[in-house]
Amino acid sequence: MLVYVIRRLGQAALVLAVMATLVFIAVYAVGDPVAILASPQADQQELEAITQRLGLDRPLYEQYGLFVWNALHGDLGRSFVYNEPALTLILNRLPATLELALTALVIAVFIGIPLGLYAGLKPQSLGGHSIMAGSILGFSLPNFWQGLMLVLLFSVMLGWFPAGGRGTTRELLGVPVSFLTLDGLSHLILPALNLALYKMALVIRLTRAGTREVMLQDYIRFARAKGLSQSRVIGVHVLKNILIPVVTVLGLELGSMIAFAVVTETVFAYPGIGKLLIDSIGRLDRPVIVAYLMLTVVMFVIINLIVDLIYAAIDPRVRLEEAKA
Amino acid sequence: MSQPVLSVRDLVVEFSAREGVLTAVNGVSFDVHAGEVLGLVGESGSGKSVTGLAVLGLIDAPGRIASGAILLNGEDLTKKSEAELRRLRGRNIAMIFQDPMTTLNPVLRVDTQMIEAIRAHEKVSERAARDRARDALAKVGIPSPEERLVSYPHQFSGGMRQRVAIAIALLHRPAVLVADEPTTALDVTIQAQILSEVQQLAAESGTALVWITHDLSVVAGLADRVAVMYAGRIVEEGHVADVLERPAHPYTNGLIGSVPSRNKRGEPLAQIPGMTPSLASLPPGCAFAPRCPRADAVCKNPPGVTHAGDARAFRCFHPLIPVEAAA
Ligand SMILES: Nc1ncnc2c1ncn2[C@@H]1O[C@H](COP(=O)(O)OP(=O)(O)OP(=O)(O)O)[C@@H](O)[C@H]1O
Ligand code: SF4
Ligand SMILES: [Mg+2]
Repeated sequence: MLVYVIRRLGQAALVLAVMATLVFIAVYAVGDPVAILASPQADQQELEAITQRLGLDRPLYEQYGLFVWNALHGDLGRSFVYNEPALTLILNRLPATLELALTALVIAVFIGIPLGLYAGLKPQSLGGHSIMAGSILGFSLPNFWQGLMLVLLFSVMLGWFPAGGRGTTRELLGVPVSFLTLDGLSHLILPALNLALYKMALVIRLTRAGTREVMLQDYIRFARAKGLSQSRVIGVHVLKNILIPVVTVLGLELGSMIAFAVVTETVFAYPGIGKLLIDSIGRLDRPVIVAYLMLTVVMFVIINLIVDLIYAAIDPRVRLEEAKA
Repeated sequence: MSQPVLSVRDLVVEFSAREGVLTAVNGVSFDVHAGEVLGLVGESGSGKSVTGLAVLGLIDAPGRIASGAILLNGEDLTKKSEAELRRLRGRNIAMIFQDPMTTLNPVLRVDTQMIEAIRAHEKVSERAARDRARDALAKVGIPSPEERLVSYPHQFSGGMRQRVAIAIALLHRPAVLVADEPTTALDVTIQAQILSEVQQLAAESGTALVWITHDLSVVAGLADRVAVMYAGRIVEEGHVADVLERPAHPYTNGLIGSVPSRNKRGEPLAQIPGMTPSLASLPPGCAFAPRCPRADAVCKNPPGVTHAGDARAFRCFHPLIPVEAAA
């Protein structure tokens, strides 16, 4: 178990180092942020002053060396634009994105699993067919378009929810969250739904396929032959078996949900890390871009680790030591 | 004779498939008395499992019980609602299956699967149910049952898993146990052990057994009576010794001839020529005609049931035993 965790962390460190290097060089190659940062009226002297202040006058290997040295000491550099530590900048925005992604996950699970179960148990029914048709739409329509349609329908036409922003937040254990205030919640629902739709379609398909397969197994027949009620057979015997693939896939998808929040956050002007990334790329704010991507890798690793642990907890046949990563 | 605990009358089970309606069980009738063992024998696809499942009311769409009656202690199960059937399943009538590797839920502990089976029918505390589960495991010969209760199915061998399934099936001392080839997937030695254990346990609790198998040698050692199925029909029925020594139906005769121990050493194994017919393309008369050495023009008509002496019956125009014996 411990060996397993250590090995996983070692691999992660390697990925982190390689990725940070590549991104660092790539952003350097793309262009000169000074031209974007400085005011159009700035003269040569001012430009040089900015270049020097940001340390961009030094050769690439020196810049990179400094970056590595600082990174090893926990300093990922200061944003060119905001002149604040990049990490602080990101961490300040992280709760908003995490809240968005987790809410979307909850929506995807709590709506997706019951719908998938229904479609799996009654594949030939009208309801079953409708659910599957809906999930195809969820899969195939572009995410930003779904977002725009949600805004159009629920904000513009019906006026139920605001079209953008994060709304009022309240501190929970020192972290600002919006689901505790009515205003915050009403701001959260549409973007969370937007982010959830694709995953919900995925959960529905996984659950349906799993249900159909599990229902044919002998152990379901045996459970019924024991005289168990329908709710016990489905709620325990079926659900516990289909949860294994669902948890695995969703865990892996949580990472991509945080990453893909970029689109949703842009559509809904939601102040999370995704929007920060887009803005930073536009301004070639290298420290923020690199820090963002490094943080994303760390997050992926942690999530995958947690998924493996949950997986081992619900499937007694899995032994982590055996799972050669 | 006393009233049978289970009496199946003219049971017809149909599956609607793309090729049309398939009749998997076609007018099957049999009786089982308390404490009796009935062997249900036949080739793969002859409808044995479907018959067993029908008795428990476990035929799912696209299948259905089209007609017939299943009387458990005189009450017709085909007329009962799903809720009423649920209360009978596991308590009055139980079933075990062929593959012990797949009959237990892989993600639930053995105690969970046993306790839920007890509490599905009796209002007892978790603790009391647990104690009973442990005793039931001990009874089927599982060593250190207390520790085994908290194991998962994959931590048991195949034979042990089948013992757990048997323990679960007998928890409520059911009137009837349908055993669908429960030893087929096991080693011969374990097969023999389990056979004798089930026989003994069933005798203790007065449970009638319907033992489904394709292996005549199992039936020879275990059953009191045997019913031979072919293409959804019972083609011959009688006391085991009687049927095995003097088969009336050419199909039964073929089955007996293909039991390895009955063949002389060095000679090729006798086999019934041809293949199990597809239900979609059965001949109009006797279903066995295409493979039957005695078939003639008469066999283009469906043979009726001929009763011959003590509980003996068969469906054949040209039986291998003298028809004068018929009562
Ligand atoms: N769900 C189903 N849908 C369609 N046909 C079915 C279904 N289940 C069973 N059948 C048909 O019913 C017939 C009898 O099947 P059954 O499982 O009872 O055979 P069996 O005698 O138990 O054979 P085996 O020895 O292989 O277990 C088969 O021809 C099969 O095609
Ligand atoms: S009825 Fe005819 S075909 Fe059928 S088993 Fe008897 S002899 Fe053979
Ligand atoms: Mg079968």
